[in-house]
Amino acid sequence: MKKCLIVDDSRVIRKVSRHILESLAFDVSEAENGQEALDACEQSMPDLILLDWNMPVMSGIEFITKLRARNGGDGPKVVFCTTENDVAHIRAAIDAGADEYVMKPFDHETLQIKLQLVGMA
Amino acid sequence: MTNLSEQIIADLLLEYTGQELTDSRRWRIGSALSGLFRERGLDNVEQLVVLLSEQRDNVLAKETVDALLNNETYFFRDKPMFDQLENDVLPRIAKQNEKQKRISIWSAGCSTGQEALTLAMMFADQPMRWKGWTIDILATDVSNKAIKAARNARYTQFEIQRGLGVGQMLQHFEETSQGWQPDRAIRDMITFQQHNILEPMVRATRFDLVLCRNVLLYFCADTRRRAFDRLVEAMAPDGWLMLGAGETSVGHTDAFIPARKLPGLYRPFEAAEATEEQEGTNLAAAR
Ligand SMILES: C[S@@+](CC[C@H](N)C(=O)[O-])C[C@H]1O[C@@H](n2cnc3c(N)ncnc32)[C@H](O)[C@@H]1O
Repeated sequence: MKKCLIVDDSRVIRKVSRHILESLAFDVSEAENGQEALDACEQSMPDLILLDWNMPVMSGIEFITKLRARNGGDGPKVVFCTTENDVAHIRAAIDAGADEYVMKPFDHETLQIKLQLVGMA
Repeated sequence: MTNLSEQIIADLLLEYTGQELTDSRRWRIGSALSGLFRERGLDNVEQLVVLLSEQRDNVLAKETVDALLNNETYFFRDKPMFDQLENDVLPRIAKQNEKQKRISIWSAGCSTGQEALTLAMMFADQPMRWKGWTIDILATDVSNKAIKAARNARYTQFEIQRGLGVGQMLQHFEETSQGWQPDRAIRDMITFQQHNILEPMVRATRFDLVLCRNVLLYFCADTRRRAFDRLVEAMAPDGWLMLGAGETSVGHTDAFIPARKLPGLYRPFEAAEATEEQEGTNLAAAR
């Protein structure tokens, strides 16, 4: 079973995302911010990370920058999943090492196809 | 709701497009037409039928038909089929057309244009390979509304990220206040035109490749056969037809037969015969 880490400060969003990912047969865990997510990755590196942009403690972009600099941190596919929907944000995310970008709101099928594009569904 | 009004609406759709509104899809009439009802201040199908009978031009009839059509589409729909196109089919077409350096493609039933743009991006993504080639994509749909949207080419956030990877989105689209717009370079490869598949496609050159995907589903057997006839007439004798995932020509027409080892692809009957022969000769020569 592939492991996915959902990083989002909204409980509702985590719940919705978890629902979709479990239906795609992922083993899902959650983190509320970038720091928690880094700690989780330290414990065990997931195959996929669904990442929000704006979070307290550590933002998504700071997280991915730190993750990619780490040993083994280039392993997981990282998909930004966020309401930051302008080109500048999208470019910044890709430059920081994100594999895909999903603008919120999205539906089940959109996310599923994006995950197929990064070879994860 | 009286069944008579529904029947009249279903007949209208059949007359204009060949699409059948099967009983299982009838319940959708009300919701499909709700936008039109709002625009025209109507409450139900009966009122629409009365209004239709009073109209002298066919504007309302066309709008009704447009509203009933299923325009569902997205970029790189059934991605593996586009990979196959790129890896196995385009190289063969390129070889066939090496002298003219021109490829003619028809996206028949193109809806709001995503299928044609997908094709255009495939060429644009390999500038070295297609340098000096003219890529001509004709994209047609019976729906005026769909063609208008395709020409306007502004995609909502929902549409732009359906099927399209973020890399290609950034590379080929620009964000405007009215939505995401494809670059000139890929738009210029495509001509959009309103056209009914059941009518002949009048054109000087024949198509090397025709995509007709998720369109023939709702035709009855006879209409579908007619559509296949129209498609084969418009194609080069050694051309290729790509249907939607899960669609087939087998059992519906004699005009096409499945391409060898390439699921979803079909060839005009004669071309297929010739290829078989050639492969047979090659085989004999190899022995
Ligand atoms: C479900 S969409 C498929 C779009 C695209 N080919 C795809 O696979 O994503 C079907 C399209 O076929 C069009 N259509 C239906 N009947 C047609 C006809 N007789 N001639 C041309 N287009 C037709 C509809 O208007 C609609 O836009």
